[in-house]
Amino acid sequence: MRFDLQVIASWIEPESRVLDLGCRTGSLLAHLTEEKHIDGTGIEIDEDAAGQAIAKGLSVIHGDIYEEIEDYPDNAFDYVILSQALMQVLDPETILREMLRVGRLGIVSFPNFTHYRNRLQMLFTGRAPMSKELPYEWYNTPNLRVIPIIDFRRFCKHLGVPIVKEVAISTHHHDEQGKVITFLPNLFATFGIFMLGQAR
Amino acid sequence: MSEYIDQIETGASVGLVEKRLFTFAGDEPLVLESGRSLGPVTLAYETCGTLNADKSNAILVCHALTGDSHVAGFYAEDDPKPGWWDIMVGPGKPIDTDKFFVICSNVIGGCMGSTGPQSPDPAAGKPYGASFPVVTIGDMVRCQRRLVESLGIGTLLAVVGGSVGGMQVLEWSVRYPHMVRAAVPLATTTKHSAQAIAFNEVARQAIMADPKWNRGDYYETGRPEHGLAVARMVGHITYLSDESMRHKFDRRLQDRVELSFDFEADFQVESYLRYQGNKFVERFDANSFLYLTKAADYFNLENQYGDGSLVAAFSRAQCRYLVVSFTSDWLYPTYQSKTMVKALKKNGLDVSFCEIEAPWGHDAFLLPNTRLSDLLSGFLNKVCARCGIGGCS
Repeated sequence: MRFDLQVIASWIEPESRVLDLGCRTGSLLAHLTEEKHIDGTGIEIDEDAAGQAIAKGLSVIHGDIYEEIEDYPDNAFDYVILSQALMQVLDPETILREMLRVGRLGIVSFPNFTHYRNRLQMLFTGRAPMSKELPYEWYNTPNLRVIPIIDFRRFCKHLGVPIVKEVAISTHHHDEQGKVITFLPNLFATFGIFMLGQAR
Repeated sequence: MSEYIDQIETGASVGLVEKRLFTFAGDEPLVLESGRSLGPVTLAYETCGTLNADKSNAILVCHALTGDSHVAGFYAEDDPKPGWWDIMVGPGKPIDTDKFFVICSNVIGGCMGSTGPQSPDPAAGKPYGASFPVVTIGDMVRCQRRLVESLGIGTLLAVVGGSVGGMQVLEWSVRYPHMVRAAVPLATTTKHSAQAIAFNEVARQAIMADPKWNRGDYYETGRPEHGLAVARMVGHITYLSDESMRHKFDRRLQDRVELSFDFEADFQVESYLRYQGNKFVERFDANSFLYLTKAADYFNLENQYGDGSLVAAFSRAQCRYLVVSFTSDWLYPTYQSKTMVKALKKNGLDVSFCEIEAPWGHDAFLLPNTRLSDLLSGFLNKVCARCGIGGCS
């Protein structure tokens, strides 16, 4: 399993209720079900990925996260996970508020845009940076936004959402290995992972 | 649903199966939802696979509008066609008869061995005809329950079915929540749209406009074959899609190179519908068609159990659900399945949903489809693993 997912998995209490938004083929849910006996549900917009996840025996709804999250009652889950999907979300504020309405805790991970290699690329080539984490040209990227770790913190503050826990890591997109970055994460981390609490 | 499919997916067959009869309500007639009584009642049914020692591996398969109890396998060695869902039911298939004990019964009101309008009315000494009481999806399910209990089964591992069979699945999950561990409603709805009722009404009018229908009393004088064939033609159109008809027929001519300028079947699609209509007449009773379409039109889960609220109706349910719709199904479009899923989620029920991309219209659930097979086998395996049933991974 990807290193960033391993970090997320380590934060989940056994036997909790988990909603994974944009769960793809359900590898995190399958892992959590197997290892931590969670009661998990996923939402995935791609038929093929959702179909594969259901075929694994996972509970997954094939649909759009904005529409599907609305139907859950308040506090229906202990954790709501949005793993590497925030870049593609049209309205992050709505999704974050919904996550923290239906879940006690939210977990968000994203590639850190201001990693030093991106900065150097921009400085020396003058072009939009491309990296293993964001491997697209400006004209074909599915990502609507780029997110520096430092800005995500500001965003949470703006929403009044407490950051319960945060870890910055350095790992490649699909790697199972990686390390935690504590020194200047906004410069050296490839991914940021945040656990968010409900706004008071 | 349309005629049995011809394709047989590779894989083992359940082999020979036998149609059995279960009769009940002989002493005390069954009081139907309409308030009228019916008895005795016979259900034709078939089983395949082996019931395990604690009777926990039974799956009830519910057939669609004009289907029957012959779900898989063959009646005789030289049978040209297997049961209607042979692609899905058999050893190693998604509803794996090496693991599960499969039951399929013909619904009441039908004409494939269960009590229906062509059955003899004990009071009158001749077929019921139009004096047969109107039956509902709920009545069908109540009868299935009697059958299931007569087999010594207290809890069904799953109830699975498409279209009108899917309505029975939903009814089961809400009417007898303690008897169902998992429900798989495919290509179905919690209530008919005005469009679906409209098509059924045209079909019924076609039958009733046939002079041979004779107010349902035709068993001695000859059947309203033409009316029934037209009814089937209307139904058949709703089972396909614009795309599938364009692909299958487009405007191609049938056995001719130019237009006839009379009312012959010029186009392939006309010829096909006439063929389907005529073939149907050989196996189906017109009165049954009237009763079964009416039962489907009356089905309204939210009114029956939730005072108009689907969320309230599903608050009775306890099982896991796998809901599946198909992109080109215009009889029961995806929005109807999504409404169902929404209400299930609001009740905190465990639900999976997939809209399968398929061009073939409503009938897609009867056709070979790897996606559907994978969804169903994955779901059922998980359900039986969670229930601690042996032989399931």
